[in-house]
Amino acid sequence: MELFFNPFDNLLCILLGISFTVWFTLLLVFIIVPAIFGVSFGIRRLYMKTLLKVFEWATLRIERGAKEKNHHLYKPYSNGKVYLDSAPEFEMSDIFYFARRGVESIMDDEVTKRFSAEELESWNLLTRSNYNFHYISLRLTVLWGLGLLIRYGFLLPLRVTLAFTGVGLLVFLTSVIGLLPNGRMKNFLSEKVHLMCYRICVRALTAIITYHDSENKPKNGGLCVANHTSPIDVIILASDGCYAMVGQIHGGLMGVIQKSMVKACPHIWFERSEVKDRHLVAKRLSDHVEDKSKLPILIFPEGTCINNTSVMMFKKGSFEIGATVYPVAIKYDPRFGDAFWNSSKFGMVNYLLRMMSSWAIVCSVWYLPPMSREEGEDAVQFANRVKAAIARQGGLVDLLWDGGLKRAKVKDTFKEEQQKLYSKMLHNQSLN
Amino acid sequence: MGSRASTLLREEEIEEIKKETGFSHSQITRLYSRFTSLDKGENGTLSREDFQRIPELAINPLGDRIINAFFPEGEDQVNFRGFMRTLAHFRPIEDNEKNKNSSASEPLNSRTNKLLFAFRLYDLDRDDKISRDELLQVLEKVDVEQKMSIRFLH
Repeated sequence: MELFFNPFDNLLCILLGISFTVWFTLLLVFIIVPAIFGVSFGIRRLYMKTLLKVFEWATLRIERGAKEKNHHLYKPYSNGKVYLDSAPEFEMSDIFYFARRGVESIMDDEVTKRFSAEELESWNLLTRSNYNFHYISLRLTVLWGLGLLIRYGFLLPLRVTLAFTGVGLLVFLTSVIGLLPNGRMKNFLSEKVHLMCYRICVRALTAIITYHDSENKPKNGGLCVANHTSPIDVIILASDGCYAMVGQIHGGLMGVIQKSMVKACPHIWFERSEVKDRHLVAKRLSDHVEDKSKLPILIFPEGTCINNTSVMMFKKGSFEIGATVYPVAIKYDPRFGDAFWNSSKFGMVNYLLRMMSSWAIVCSVWYLPPMSREEGEDAVQFANRVKAAIARQGGLVDLLWDGGLKRAKVKDTFKEEQQKLYSKMLHNQSLN
Repeated sequence: MGSRASTLLREEEIEEIKKETGFSHSQITRLYSRFTSLDKGENGTLSREDFQRIPELAINPLGDRIINAFFPEGEDQVNFRGFMRTLAHFRPIEDNEKNKNSSASEPLNSRTNKLLFAFRLYDLDRDDKISRDELLQVLEKVDVEQKMSIRFLH
């Protein structure tokens, strides 16, 4: 027996014990307690400023290195434009116009580029977002290596711990609150619990969020509408206010979270089969908004994740129910980490790991003044008006294209309509 | 390396494409990035479906014909070289090129080659002649008024 006992083992155990305790105390004091009370030490903003300075240095270094070696740097938005000839003026030249437009859209079009991550001009020390990364200087590589170590060795475990804490607390506490009778106490507690857990999740992602115009925050009986970039949008909005969520019931961990959340306050979850039934969806939504004691509904009318450079077509369903709409614009700062979820490329777990191993998620949230449907405006026009306001505030491109084009082709009916228009014009021309 | 381009373009290839098409280094890398983002199957070639996924091309009346122009006779896949060769037709003619002697074969973006490209858009059965039917077929879908804008989006 004596052989298995080693004085070093004892020492090791003691050291491990101490470091765990220190770790958890720090975690508690600096992260969880502020999250519970909604205060902030400002550590994250300091971190952000430091990171920005490092990135600037890194970008300058790359540019200098490239100039020395006489390489051309890949810059996504400059120099690379291929200018095209203008069409000469003779009769059969009409074909030139359309041929040119067609080839222009092959080279770069407004729609498909919204479904892949935005390209950056500067480098943020993540290999996944840089084309020019080859060996430039020792210092840069060391910096990159150090960054890798910090992100995966320190930040990632920290964040994962926090994430588990946040989610675990959410499930546990909402189930406990669900046992209380309905009433003001329950609503009050549920609000506090939701906010606290979302704030922990926000810290789990090191999200540095700036809220603007909080006087326009959505009120009960209203509909909160925002542009969609990733599932994190929900956490960002819900850590500043209480919303009723809408969505499909999933299985697994998501399902557990959803079921326990709905015990504490009324969210709107649909079974898979009910999602297709548009009338049922509309009815449940309008029932919810009519009850003024219920929380505002959070909805993403684009229906899919867009890469945060533009806002795509809003589905008119939510704009038909006649509630006041509170638009919210969310704009992520891409320098710190790309928040866009390309669901055809990455699954949810992969995506969350990428998020948690980026430097930070920096974003701005603007609460826009409420809008209602005006006289003589139909749902589509109203939806477009809201969309334009959100795009304008967030500095995003306002597109009429449907986000569904991520997966589906342009509808044939749409194509045929365009062609019908042309042949009608031609017919009129030939009659004259 | 990056999750986007699975096979980065090698320097020799860039040089070859430069010689053949006249595009600059940065233009070639930019177009290569575009090529890989269109290539959903990630096999280094584009199929017709990859082109048809571009909504603005899908509503272009000449969309199908332009797509056809990329694919050589009878083939269903186009690689990056072929892609660049076709795009090169649309490169503007620079002044210093006009005076070059035609010791080498004519550059892809010469006036003649541009006209040849347009001719092939009319010539559906590729018999090097435009028949009356082919002409009428094109005019059916094309509006003679150039002012009609496809991009109704800003």
